[in-house]
Amino acid sequence: MNARPWLKIVSVLIGLFLTVPTLVVIPMSFSASKTFRFPPEGWSLEWYERLFTAPEWSTSIVNSLQVGLLTTLLATTLGTAAALGLQRLGPRARGLATGLLLSPIIIPHILIALVIFSAFLRLGLSGTLSGIALAHTAMALPFVVIAVTARLQGMDPALQKAGGSLGANPFSVFRKITLPLALPGVLSGAVLAFISSFDEVVIALFLQSPSALTLPVQMFNSVTVQIDPTISAASSLMVVLVSVPILLAQVIGARRGKAGRQR
Amino acid sequence: MPAPTAPPETAGAAVPAGRAPARPRPAARRRAAALFLLLPALVALGVFFVLPLLDIVMRSFTDPEPGAGNYLSLFTDGYTLRVLGRTLLVALIVTVAGVLLAYPYAYMMTLASPTTRAVMVTVVLVPFWTSMLARNFAWMVLMQDGGVVQGLLSLVGLNGVRLLGTTTGVAVSMIQVLLPFMVLPMYSVMQQIDRRLLLAGQSLGASRLSSFRKVYLPLSLPGIVSGASLVFVLALGFYVTPALLGSPQGALIAQVIAVRTRELLDFGGAGALGVFILVVTLISLGVSRRLAGSGAASGAAHVMAGGGGR
Repeated sequence: MNARPWLKIVSVLIGLFLTVPTLVVIPMSFSASKTFRFPPEGWSLEWYERLFTAPEWSTSIVNSLQVGLLTTLLATTLGTAAALGLQRLGPRARGLATGLLLSPIIIPHILIALVIFSAFLRLGLSGTLSGIALAHTAMALPFVVIAVTARLQGMDPALQKAGGSLGANPFSVFRKITLPLALPGVLSGAVLAFISSFDEVVIALFLQSPSALTLPVQMFNSVTVQIDPTISAASSLMVVLVSVPILLAQVIGARRGKAGRQR
Repeated sequence: MPAPTAPPETAGAAVPAGRAPARPRPAARRRAAALFLLLPALVALGVFFVLPLLDIVMRSFTDPEPGAGNYLSLFTDGYTLRVLGRTLLVALIVTVAGVLLAYPYAYMMTLASPTTRAVMVTVVLVPFWTSMLARNFAWMVLMQDGGVVQGLLSLVGLNGVRLLGTTTGVAVSMIQVLLPFMVLPMYSVMQQIDRRLLLAGQSLGASRLSSFRKVYLPLSLPGIVSGASLVFVLALGFYVTPALLGSPQGALIAQVIAVRTRELLDFGGAGALGVFILVVTLISLGVSRRLAGSGAASGAAHVMAGGGGR
């Protein structure tokens, strides 16, 4: 490693800029005060208690879990099937279909929110949790397609052919060969789909109604509509819930990398 | 390191159809299977995304009356014009600052030992997947009047600088929130640069600096271009940060779209603004593809997806 000292210092500073500001939500969440004063003057668990007992917060958590799970189920199924389909296309058609499937990633969320809101008003899906889940499914599809495709590309296509030539029908080739091999990609796609839905604000904000409030929308409203410090407990929880799996994945990945290049 | 298992687009199911073993599967059947598998996802995207998008484009020309009135008013009414100008300026500042911060970081990632690199990737990925709201809320706490940022600034003699509710505050937090999107494509390009080229430059008499400038910088340009265009596009349509940290007086496009859609139900006017963002988005991405190819973006996508679950 022949990096110049200044480069190391700059990188550390940028790393701190990326991570440290977000961490203030953790001490904030144990504050005893009803304002957002930082650092807090006293400590309490009040906001955690409110997060799980106050009906508006606990309902929004349950809503978000429902929307997230429905989105995960739909996006993982559709996305995995689509990724398998992409493998069977010629290069040209594959490029086109991939572009279409991945397009929700690059289109600004605000535009997607506007477009879906206007369509769902007509379809009567606005203000419903299932409407939010359907919109999130379209948004989460790219993550599943990317994760599964990455996995399938590392796979030897001869395996499937071998299964077929040994007399297995296409369905059992899929069940016994393709699916088990693609499974890690499917699972990571599912995790990404869940996170992307659980954290999505803009579309859920447009489609919200008193009976369809997700956790991010409740958080958004708790600083824009009223001042409710419960948001700091919710934020801390989300930071921890997202960071821990990624940290674990990285640690395991690094170990595996060290253990040798074989997979 | 959650490195992708195969370079994108090279390996794949591109098995020549004619050379199939024992039981050749007819191409037609294969294509039918592909269509059958793809259809549900394409239908879902069509119904919940493509058709509604076309509908909004239509409405931007017909609602409230047929013609290009909605578009003309974007550029004639002073308010919208100021919003457009402000949004483009903020997006540009966020992009330039992002390049300046992400470049040394991504460069350092290529030099670091595997363990350090894993840490550096994590430092980028965790914010990438961490709740957008939590991160913006944290900035709100830090930037409030009497908050930590004001305290730090007054240490260096800048008293009473207001950040919350200002465009500067919005820009600072957008830089931080969008930085991961800049680092990942840059890193995926830099990773593939052969560092021996730098040594070759130096052995031929170039100084460290000029061999970096003449050899490394041009080779890393695709990463810069694709990171910059991605961040520019995201910044253009960013809603959460300006809505939480900005003010209605300093509104960006996304806030105006939100108000016109949710409060005024003016789908024609909001649609015209949306189409404007979409056109700028497509142009930026088109330019980026031209200059950088699609490799950098898809490489970054693999780093993101790989780090999240595996």
